[in-house]
Amino acid sequence: MSTGEKFVQMLIAIGLFFGVVAVILLLTQRLRSRRGELIQSAAFVLPAVLLICVGLLYPALDTIYQSFRNAAGNEFVGLDNYQTIFTDSALIRVLVNTAVWVVVVPLASTAIGLIYAVLIDRAKFEKFAKALIFLPMAISLVGASIIWKFVYDYRQTSDAQIGIANAFLKALGFDTYRFLLNEPWNTMFLIVIMIWVQAGFAMTILSASIKAIPDDIVEAARLDGASGLQLFRQITIPSIRPSLIVVLTTISITTLKAFDIVRTTTGGNFDTSVLAYQFYVESFRSFNQGLGAALAVLIFVLVMPIVIYNVRQMRKLEAR
Amino acid sequence: MTTADPNAMSVESVVAKETASSTAHKALTSPWASIVAVVIAILWTVPTAGLLITSFRPEEDITSSGWWTIFTSPKFTLDNYDQVLNGPTALSTYFVNSIVITLPAVIIPVCIATMAAYAFAWMKFPGRDFLFVAVFALQIVPIQVTMIPLLSLYVKLGLTGAEAPGGGFYTIWLSHSIFALPLAIYLLHNFMSQIPGELIESARVDGAGHVQIFSRIMLPLMAPAIAAFGIFQFLWVWNDLLVALVFGGGSPDVSPLTARLAELSGTRGQDWFLLSAGAFVSLVVPLIVFLSLQRYFVRGLLAGSVKG
Repeated sequence: MSTGEKFVQMLIAIGLFFGVVAVILLLTQRLRSRRGELIQSAAFVLPAVLLICVGLLYPALDTIYQSFRNAAGNEFVGLDNYQTIFTDSALIRVLVNTAVWVVVVPLASTAIGLIYAVLIDRAKFEKFAKALIFLPMAISLVGASIIWKFVYDYRQTSDAQIGIANAFLKALGFDTYRFLLNEPWNTMFLIVIMIWVQAGFAMTILSASIKAIPDDIVEAARLDGASGLQLFRQITIPSIRPSLIVVLTTISITTLKAFDIVRTTTGGNFDTSVLAYQFYVESFRSFNQGLGAALAVLIFVLVMPIVIYNVRQMRKLEAR
Repeated sequence: MTTADPNAMSVESVVAKETASSTAHKALTSPWASIVAVVIAILWTVPTAGLLITSFRPEEDITSSGWWTIFTSPKFTLDNYDQVLNGPTALSTYFVNSIVITLPAVIIPVCIATMAAYAFAWMKFPGRDFLFVAVFALQIVPIQVTMIPLLSLYVKLGLTGAEAPGGGFYTIWLSHSIFALPLAIYLLHNFMSQIPGELIESARVDGAGHVQIFSRIMLPLMAPAIAAFGIFQFLWVWNDLLVALVFGGGSPDVSPLTARLAELSGTRGQDWFLLSAGAFVSLVVPLIVFLSLQRYFVRGLLAGSVKG
């Protein structure tokens, strides 16, 4: 397809969509009877409900069903796929990696975001300083991965370095290091990329919540002779606790589902695969439908409690 | 306050101006605390700056010396950008794909969700509360869980491949729209239900129907909320890789920039003159959107972060 044809297709799709919506609204706008109002409600709600049923509900149920079936999806195998996940050594490695990601990324991003938010609060260049950290949020994970792959670029110690991390090592007199290849630390260096992306999110939310702490609480604590660090520990931290929890859980959810970094940097090689990437490999590379489905269900099961907790905290936060 | 002179600030009012953060800030403003802030700021900017500078350096320079040597021997070129856009990597094609994917994938779900949110907030029909809770609850479904059945459904409906209507774009548009709905409906519903009921009631007494109330009262009032979600969805779709890979199938006709870049990173991982320029071709649009509409984005950020 040529560029022009693509734009024409796009305009057709948007036009078609608005046409349908306009027809629905015009046809139902004169209805005033009780039955008419019901039809009107249906016109407003049904497009969304139908799309969700077809595109979310049915596929989710089907995937759960497929997770109990074999690679080709034509035979019932009970819990075999789940057993494979928890016994196959390569997949256990995937689970361990995922656990490390989900623990380290939220904690590190939140800690860095919090420290930075406090340090630059009311500083002269606060807005600018915030934008520096926040900018990676607008970048795709693919872009972030390429940026960091270049930082980690490896050359032999004797050669001129083009990756700044190894140039730094060399300047300090160390040998250069294969950041993305050497196990087990390579997973950590991938995690750094995710921390780099997520810290800005943590910083923004926490900074807003620090600014919302009422002055009189701080005033009272100061009159009682609390020192700065005591204030931070005993006033700031407890006051922003709900936001801290929301930030931590939100980043865990994002981390659990992210597969872009692993795919772009190492392709899951050198023992760096995580659950979300392994799902992609089994489903769309190895065509092991059953195992892929089981991995997807596992992500679902792991994400569910965090999301529920997250939403409850968020509602509390909103209610305040 | 005991003094009548507005210019003389009492001790209390000065102290009260200090907030928790500023006190903590002061306590931590030892020299090393400033160093920590500066180090963080440097760590967060240098990687991007390095690749940006690299994208403007001649190919042979990139492979023979670090980008930081640019400060002693500056030498710039636009060749890399010319190469990635018009050379065999053909990023301009993928750039077009990204735009063609993103616009409908933002407009369609935002419209559908706004209508549904209005109905859930202000129309009366049986099963309303149950339906709303169900839609809300479906936010927890990760998109991975839906992909294989959805893909086979598309194949059955004949929506995949270059011969399909829209050249195969419909699968990507539909998928993004569907995945956006639960969150969009929930968020917009939250905003809509805050609008005073008297406003709706008086409009109804004056003889306005739901369609008029929706289009004349609700849409203008909702504009900031819709913008916030729209920007969020825009960045999400533009930066997405998984949906594009699964439903675009890697075809150059429909794959966006992210898919092409991920592929280049695998096949031409050492060709930094391509990767650096390519990365910035894909970054420039979200960065512009983000920088110009940051205000809205931050507002939608917290609420939108559990998506997908």
